[in-house]
Amino acid sequence: MTSFLIRRLLSTIPLLFVILLGSFVLMQKAPGGPFDSERSLPPEIEANLQAKYHLDEPVIQQFGRYLGNVVQGDLGPSLKYQARSVNEIIAQALPVSLTLGAIALFMAMALGIPAGILGALNHNGPKDFLLMGVALLGICIPNFVLGPLLIILVSFGFGWLPAGGWGTLGQVLLPAITLGAIRAAYVARLARAGMLEVVKQDYIRTARAKGLRERVVIGKHALRLAILPVLSYLGPATASILVGSVVVEKIFNIPGLGTFFVNSALNRDYTMAMGTVLLYSGLLITLNLIVDVLYAVIDPRVELS
Amino acid sequence: MSAAPQETDLLQEQLVGGSSFWSDAWKRLKKSRQAIVGGAILIIVVVASLVGPFLTPYSQEVQDLERQLEPPSWDHPFGTDLAGRDMLTRVLMGGRLSLAVGMVATLVSLLIGVTWGSVAGFKGGNVDNAMMRVVDMLYSLPFMFFVILLVAFLGRNLLLLFLALGAVQWLTMSRIVRGQMIQLRAQEFVQAAVALGVSNRRIIFRHLIPNMLGPIIVYATLTVPAVMLEEAFLSFLGLGVQPPNSSWGLLAADGAKTITALRTAWWLILFPGLALGLTLFALNFLGDGLRDALDPKLKNQD
Repeated sequence: MTSFLIRRLLSTIPLLFVILLGSFVLMQKAPGGPFDSERSLPPEIEANLQAKYHLDEPVIQQFGRYLGNVVQGDLGPSLKYQARSVNEIIAQALPVSLTLGAIALFMAMALGIPAGILGALNHNGPKDFLLMGVALLGICIPNFVLGPLLIILVSFGFGWLPAGGWGTLGQVLLPAITLGAIRAAYVARLARAGMLEVVKQDYIRTARAKGLRERVVIGKHALRLAILPVLSYLGPATASILVGSVVVEKIFNIPGLGTFFVNSALNRDYTMAMGTVLLYSGLLITLNLIVDVLYAVIDPRVELS
Repeated sequence: MSAAPQETDLLQEQLVGGSSFWSDAWKRLKKSRQAIVGGAILIIVVVASLVGPFLTPYSQEVQDLERQLEPPSWDHPFGTDLAGRDMLTRVLMGGRLSLAVGMVATLVSLLIGVTWGSVAGFKGGNVDNAMMRVVDMLYSLPFMFFVILLVAFLGRNLLLLFLALGAVQWLTMSRIVRGQMIQLRAQEFVQAAVALGVSNRRIIFRHLIPNMLGPIIVYATLTVPAVMLEEAFLSFLGLGVQPPNSSWGLLAADGAKTITALRTAWWLILFPGLALGLTLFALNFLGDGLRDALDPKLKNQD
């Protein structure tokens, strides 16, 4: 286990390096710069700005300097929000995005797993058909359609919940539903398929044969393996929630990291954009690692190699 | 060695056992109600997008400032937008671009995924290991963020969009193809072809890929909705299709921007959303039905 963890962590170092290098090269190739605005700056000021952020140095030197700072945990100053560093902005915006994402993911699990299992236990029955119909519907409605429709209906129509902003429980609910709906649908389908596969296996027949109650057979023995497909979906699900939150934050006016990321890409705020990509990649790699470990913990037949 | 290809062709026909891949698949496809429904809806959407804009009395550019933000009526079944343009026409025109992006980007992903997977599976050994390690690594990257960076930095043109979206989606395809490749490579007809001195290229393209068509088609069908969603996502952020062109994602974005507490023009978001949702639904249905029809494991069983 320990050697597995060490090897995996070591293998992420070249990966993160490639990510940094890739985004850095892309940024160098891109036309335009962070100080382009509608009102052009006097050349001396522009030169001073370039010099302040070392943009006038050779590319290799810039990359080396940036890399050195990143290794020490410093993502540099933001080129657009000039009084603030990328670290400060992330420290402020990331918790918002993470809270929203975690709530959405929790909702997806809490709705999806029971729905999937209920469907599998009533295989091809009316309940199964209904649940899977709703799940298919969930997969086909993109979040940027669901979000505005929820606002129109719930916020403006009934006046039950606020249409945007961040801070209160009521403000979290609609964005979390918007973000979690499609994930709940996927989880339901995966849990159903997993359960259908597991209940056919011999060890379940054994459990029934020795007279265990159905609730114990399903809830204790079958569930454990049936949720494995859901578990391996957690990595991709987190990735898609991070991506999806970009849109949801925009719709509901939430000051999360997604908004900063898109704006920084559009404004050529290179350090901010690269810092965000690096952070997202790191998060995702860590989560995939955790999922792999959990997989081995839940399913004793799996060995980490 | 001029006779070799013919001999291997004969050999292959015998293995298939008289019922060709296509006629066999078509027979099973017809029995799948799911696939028929999905396919029918898809054909309707495609035909409507292609022909529809000619039939509506409006054009997508013409603005009628006296009829802004009208709810659906007989004149404008999908209502009008902020500039008084007919939403039905705009949704139909948007469909053209959304569907085109779905198809072209899927072709790009097919090209990359099938080539990568075939080479890895066929070569085996260290080459396979290295190539699949790359796929594993790319899997753990937040690809859409790179696409956002790419599109935002390098400018927003359609060709780049097609390529970028296709390039995001090839990973699973390459895994599927590689798995199939490894299974097929061990079979007798491939060994026979190797023994007859057929070139690697010809073995891959003439003998192996045709045998993998089932899974490839099925997965491609499921890639189209994924790519379409991504296009809509990018267009929603203002990074995809640019006005005056429109796509369903862009229309939905326009709709979402128009909404305020005082003015809820629900038709601006509902109809593009419905069009996109219906198409995604049809493609998913068709994909599931095709999987049942084309899965080689089910072949010649009834």
